[in-house]
Amino acid sequence: MEDRKGMRLVVVGHGPTAHRLIETLSGRGFGGTVTVFGEEPRPAYDRVALTSYLSGRSVEDLTYPVPDGVTLRTGVRVTAIDRANRIVTTDAGDSEPYDVLVLATGSAPFVPPVPGRDLPGCFVYRTIDDLDAIRDASRDARAGVVIGGGLLGLEAADALRGLGLDTHVIEMSGWLMPRQVDEGGGSVLRGHIEGLGLTIHTGAGVRSIEAGQDGRVTALVKPDGEAIEAQIVVFSAGIRPRDELARDCGLEVGERGGIVVDEGMRTSDEHIYAIGECALAGGMVYGLVGPCNTQAEVAAERILDGQAAFTGADMSTKLKLLGVEVAQFGAMSGALDVTYMDPVGGVYKRLFISDDAKTLLGGICVGDAAPYNALRPFVGKPLPSAPSDLLFAGAGKASIDLPDDAQVCSCNNVTKGKICAAIADKGLTDVQGVKDCTRAGTTCGSCVPMLKQILVKSGVDVGKALCEHFTHSRAELFDIVNVRGITTFSQLIAEHGTGRGCDICKPAVASILASLGRGHILDGEQAALQDTNDQFLANIQKNGTYSVVPRIPGGEITPDKLIVIGEVARDFGLYTKITGAQRIDLLGARVEQLPSIWRRLVDAGFESGHAYGKALRTVKSCVGSTWCRYGVQDSVGLAIALELRYRGLRSPHKLKSAVSGCARECAEARSKDFGVIATEQGWNLYVGGNGGFKPRHADLLASDLSTDDLVRTIDRFLMFYIRTADRLQRTAAWLENLDGGLDYLREVIMEDSLGICAELDAQMERHVSTYADEWRATIEDPDKLRRFVSFVNAPGVPDPSISFETERDQIKPVLIPLEVTRR
Amino acid sequence: MTILDEMPALAGHWTPVCTYTDLLPERGAAVLVGDRQVAVFRTFDGALYALDNLDPFSGAYVMSRGIVGTRNGEPTVASPMHKQVFSLATGVCADDTGVALPTYPVRVTDGTVEVSVV
Repeated sequence: MEDRKGMRLVVVGHGPTAHRLIETLSGRGFGGTVTVFGEEPRPAYDRVALTSYLSGRSVEDLTYPVPDGVTLRTGVRVTAIDRANRIVTTDAGDSEPYDVLVLATGSAPFVPPVPGRDLPGCFVYRTIDDLDAIRDASRDARAGVVIGGGLLGLEAADALRGLGLDTHVIEMSGWLMPRQVDEGGGSVLRGHIEGLGLTIHTGAGVRSIEAGQDGRVTALVKPDGEAIEAQIVVFSAGIRPRDELARDCGLEVGERGGIVVDEGMRTSDEHIYAIGECALAGGMVYGLVGPCNTQAEVAAERILDGQAAFTGADMSTKLKLLGVEVAQFGAMSGALDVTYMDPVGGVYKRLFISDDAKTLLGGICVGDAAPYNALRPFVGKPLPSAPSDLLFAGAGKASIDLPDDAQVCSCNNVTKGKICAAIADKGLTDVQGVKDCTRAGTTCGSCVPMLKQILVKSGVDVGKALCEHFTHSRAELFDIVNVRGITTFSQLIAEHGTGRGCDICKPAVASILASLGRGHILDGEQAALQDTNDQFLANIQKNGTYSVVPRIPGGEITPDKLIVIGEVARDFGLYTKITGAQRIDLLGARVEQLPSIWRRLVDAGFESGHAYGKALRTVKSCVGSTWCRYGVQDSVGLAIALELRYRGLRSPHKLKSAVSGCARECAEARSKDFGVIATEQGWNLYVGGNGGFKPRHADLLASDLSTDDLVRTIDRFLMFYIRTADRLQRTAAWLENLDGGLDYLREVIMEDSLGICAELDAQMERHVSTYADEWRATIEDPDKLRRFVSFVNAPGVPDPSISFETERDQIKPVLIPLEVTRR
Repeated sequence: MTILDEMPALAGHWTPVCTYTDLLPERGAAVLVGDRQVAVFRTFDGALYALDNLDPFSGAYVMSRGIVGTRNGEPTVASPMHKQVFSLATGVCADDTGVALPTYPVRVTDGTVEVSVV
């Protein structure tokens, strides 16, 4: 394929489909210039996850990165296409010549012509600006109505409910989500949603929308005359392709809208392509992310002179709306069907089968979508098992082997064969590798559990075995230690492992024993399990000296204590630096100096800050309402309380935290494993944040909690993480890999879906009540002090290899240049 | 050059460094023999090993503070600095077999641990 050097490509529209096009071109070495015009004031963002914006996800989080070399003009609308001269003009007055033009103008929400539809208080649900407007209006609103009970309508209803509005949904047809489920499924879905307090009106239309004296929406009137009080109305009654530019320049468009394209996504002008929701491909406008992405890839391939074709798409969907799983795949009817309905449990499953009862045609699931992943690949193929077993497929009752051509990721059109080939060719060993390599699982994520299964079936050990000494994962070892009451590494490895352990399993087991409160980390045999930092309760530095970090809870410290730290540093000749976590690091201490340094610090009321441990580090805070004129809560007080509660808690990796006293977020809580931000009503709790190598904003777990509820939720979050995470897995990676994600986490720790909350609470209570300072325990125990010597046979002689020079009035290690001797 | 092979040939002068009970199972300790830093290890089965205390990758004298274990049945120590694993018996680095720690003969005489480094 040629790289199309010198080609001028212009893209109109910058939504997810346009993003996929330019990303694909960029990834394949497109050598031309790319200019993109986007009407919205910001770059393309993930529209599938739009609703998460209202629950706290930031625009930056949702925004796709713009590939290098692409010229992006946001807030600029293309107003005309001059096909004869191949130039587009914009509302900013630009003219941009093109060799190839791609229209990715998307769609606009359809607003039915009902009286009052333009009143203040009427909205659509498509862009971040729409959501901002809805959120602003919700502050003075009590109730809202969504017109349209389809997929997007229910998303919008979820958003209104999240904004605290009394929410109604109006659907024309006889049941909700008529394009995805049948009447039986619709009734089960309705039960779930009504259970959440929403009011559903099916078989209903809109006569008018009424305004009050201030001109704003006050009610929606149904054709039967019933008025629903509402201050907000959201239209979500379908989409219309944005084909006006194409129409104006004479491109062929469909009778009911949409730019006509061939199977190469080319319009009636050979220099112009159309992709996404504005395109009419094979007589269909596709509104799902999967087919739109495929269209973008086909167009990219054609631009690069390839031969890819778009010949229709699998319209299967699996989603979780308002906490209910809904899935549909293949056909929605068939000669035979098998139905399971449990109105009490809120589960509905129906499979459609050919008249000879041999071929699976499709299926509908509500309340439990497990069969979706297992069965969708079998559509049009012989039934892999008895139909009654298939209804419970995915629940472990039916074991099914997928054929190679089975589509695993429908968002990105990735087959099982492609994934297996990537695993074999590239030697992939984990889900992240499969995601990076094949794109499977990178859009909606519903196929991630399948990726894991495929890795396992391909003979890949998905990182489950901790090391050569244990075939168990860290989480399994935790359960074994917990349930069997194991107190030593020797017992664990003798009964459940092989060999004598190593630098991987020993510290991991040491951490598990410590998390479960099985003694001081330097007691007896446990001392030999610890990494050097835990052995010496300090952090090793490049010249073999250690750093000492006393705990300064919440970053609050008295002048007297500051003076003590200064005196200790001066007397022992240590280098001092303020850390990023509002503490003071004392560097350059030799092993034999550590106990005397701790003695001085402990006598002055300090304790270990656990900077050396896979444990809680610090709970950072801003000054909060005590001093700050903006603060709404006492962030310092809470930070100190949290730090004192969780200090010393050993975990799979380090734990960082912060508390901000208002929404300005000066403590940067959203970059922490658990972060708390004050609200007028209480505290918002965010989890799974990370700075470091791979930054991640924490997700909002719960809002407006009282202090007691906040502490209980953090207790359970931490203990559940400690129980189930892999070795050295931070909360960010743990949460991303958690099957079911944030919703599942909420179910487990806030709704007690696994029935383990009492145990989690008890484990945390035991930690809190048995905490003791590790430094003090060490300096008071001559046996533990034995190892704090430079040389066993010359305890008074300092390590002669350690030396320092002076830089900016402080010490700095001198390293002897070293050449690694090779044999 | 093979540092490893020179050592046994030069063995013969034994220096007492500590008592056997000064060493803890599955741990190392640093000892000073002349101006040479040696890391002495006692494994779970009571066996002793002596290697150079200099971590050849980081240039710091820290090998005695590494975690002791086994790899494919062979006793090992992992550098506390960057976790490279070395055989306690041969000193060869399992992660980079072109690198090895010097090993020294070690024995127990009447409860006293002796190392030969000459």
